[in-house]
Amino acid sequence: MSDMQIPSEDYKYGFHDEDISLYKTKQGLTEETIREISRIKQEPEWMLNYRLQAFAKFMEMPIQDWGPELSRLNFDEYTYYIKPSDKTEQRWEDVPETIKETFDKLGIPEAEKEFLAGVTTQYDSEAVYHNMLEEVERKGVIFLDTDTALKKHPDLFKKYFGKLVPYTDNKFAALNSCVWSGGSFIYVPKGVHLEKPLQSYFRINTERMGQFERTLIIVDEGADVHYVEGCTAPIYSKDSLHAAVVEIFVHKNARCRYSTVQNWSDNIINLVTKRAKVFANGSMEWIDGNIGSGVNMKYPACILAEPYAKGICVSIAVAGKKQIQDAGAKMIHLAEDTYSNIISKSVSRNGGEVNYRGLVFHGPKAQRAKSKVECDTLILDKQSRSDTIPTNVSKNKTSQIEHEATVSNISEEQLFYLMSRGLSRGQATEMIVMGFLEPFTRELPMEYAVELNQLLKLDMSDSIG
Amino acid sequence: MSCLKIDDLHVDVDGKQILKGVNLEIHEHETHALMGPNGNGKSTLLAAIMGNPKYHVTRGSITLDGQDVLAMEVDERSKAGLFLGMQYPSEVSGVTNSDFLRAAMNARRERPIPLFTFIREMEKTVKEMEMKPDLAHRFLNEGFSGGEKKRNEIVQMKMLKPSIAMLDEIDSGLDVDALKLVAKMIHEMQIEQGMGLVVVSHYARFLDLLKPTHAHVLVDGAIVVSGGSELIEKIDQEGYDWIEKEYHVQVVKEEKKKVALLQQCAAGTKGV
Repeated sequence: MSDMQIPSEDYKYGFHDEDISLYKTKQGLTEETIREISRIKQEPEWMLNYRLQAFAKFMEMPIQDWGPELSRLNFDEYTYYIKPSDKTEQRWEDVPETIKETFDKLGIPEAEKEFLAGVTTQYDSEAVYHNMLEEVERKGVIFLDTDTALKKHPDLFKKYFGKLVPYTDNKFAALNSCVWSGGSFIYVPKGVHLEKPLQSYFRINTERMGQFERTLIIVDEGADVHYVEGCTAPIYSKDSLHAAVVEIFVHKNARCRYSTVQNWSDNIINLVTKRAKVFANGSMEWIDGNIGSGVNMKYPACILAEPYAKGICVSIAVAGKKQIQDAGAKMIHLAEDTYSNIISKSVSRNGGEVNYRGLVFHGPKAQRAKSKVECDTLILDKQSRSDTIPTNVSKNKTSQIEHEATVSNISEEQLFYLMSRGLSRGQATEMIVMGFLEPFTRELPMEYAVELNQLLKLDMSDSIG
Repeated sequence: MSCLKIDDLHVDVDGKQILKGVNLEIHEHETHALMGPNGNGKSTLLAAIMGNPKYHVTRGSITLDGQDVLAMEVDERSKAGLFLGMQYPSEVSGVTNSDFLRAAMNARRERPIPLFTFIREMEKTVKEMEMKPDLAHRFLNEGFSGGEKKRNEIVQMKMLKPSIAMLDEIDSGLDVDALKLVAKMIHEMQIEQGMGLVVVSHYARFLDLLKPTHAHVLVDGAIVVSGGSELIEKIDQEGYDWIEKEYHVQVVKEEKKKVALLQQCAAGTKGV
């Protein structure tokens, strides 16, 4: 994270005269709410219809019967849309002390702290990142928030939106489809390579931290992009349900890397559907970190639709007190000579629960497909638990699936070795855990890796004392 | 003047008594060779001094310059000036040698060592130990050959500068040239900072190089005879049999674990 000063403006007074009721829907989800969202956003007819169809589906679909218990969700309790400029209802005094302390320890600048804590939602990054955005635009890359993209690029939008994660996919995808707001829209034209990662930071302005974000990324033939979503610092939100959808299209010979570390506060239930479709010789890489939220369900998927398509998912899940991390990856091989690799690192401690849940599917046409799955789990104490639930299916005779899994705790020998050189028990434990997660952290951009390490260290020092 | 004093030390491992009253005093500049057949408590003594949690001290005391070592955590013992070069150093994946060593050095300093000072010192030491310069960036002992691990122990010792170092079969896995190098490093440290040394080794050549000032023979959990270099020479020529006779002790024979081969298992059940 940068330590530059962000000019903060007092937006909340700017909207003083507005009729607030116009910009905030009533609690609960009804057809009226959805029409209202669409009307406030001044959306085209087809999007309203799409939302309404999704709503119908949402009402009839059951919650999935696997994974962490979610029956306590009461969909009538939530407010589904608040216009961002009015979201500033949270007061700094109300932000939990633990979150404030973490901000301080990480050295996050004031303006950013308030933004991350949901105290301000206006954070004009456009000014700061102007040059960066200019370069991106010069190359013909479209990088907008999803709402704006719908207005500015309606044809491109309509061609791809909802094509990979239809609202029929699961109840939370249906929910997202009817009330979505915010998220990122990226289009990288044919052959364009972006040297530096695109960060959602660059265009933080209004609706980034939505509860129901919708992200759509299209990487055209031969193009190459690395997108970094969010940041590793803890994000506090009073909204307790988050259901996002991410759709990514990786065309022929293209490459996309999507890096994210979710660190929601532990009152959040985070349910995200992430899916990429990869065409001939394309490559999709999910770098997916899960250290926050109370209940997290996230299984980034790659559909390897054409020959030589490649899918990679490197992920970590760290579950502490009162946390359930149910994470993994899905690799669906539909064409010959496709390749996938899953590396999953899980850590549970202080009574946390961390599960790996994954699917590798080799279809009848996926001749000579190869998959490699590596799941390693570290359980730090007796109160914590972990399960590994892999599903590997091959429908042809020439493909190969390799699966390797380990579960361990920290060995006394290792601790003794490190301590015999002067490290305290806490430092030694921390070092072993960081080393365990290294295959993930090395994939992150430098500043994120540094911050993640810092953050996990803070966490460890809390638990070890 | 550093002084490590071990008095009437009794140690259990998994409920079995291994050390039965060891007395030993090591001063700075001294080099003590700890000898004796395998399985008679040499490694146990060193591990117990360092505080390996597998070893339980049931009686006796250990002090370093008058401070109670047994009351200290393992890391405190290290910071107090003790060092154990291990027979089987652990591997830690994902942690680079340099990150580890820097943390270890910082643990004993009030202010962290400046990064460039550290890098210079590490590069110099790695070069002196004739190791490849990429050592700093490799993960701690991971994928190291036996010899590399042992050299890495010496790199750590050199950088942490203990007042009393204990080396447990540091010679295994090292060739003659490497042994000479290790001996040279030890001499330098003894001259420069007066490091005291306890060394367990079966290799006469290594002891020749180290020129111990003291030698002790550990049999069945106690030191039965101490002396100087003449004792090392005698053992090198005659083995330990004479000690059993002369001192009326019984050498503990190492239990050889029976190796079950798959074939034998099958033979047992199927009568092939």
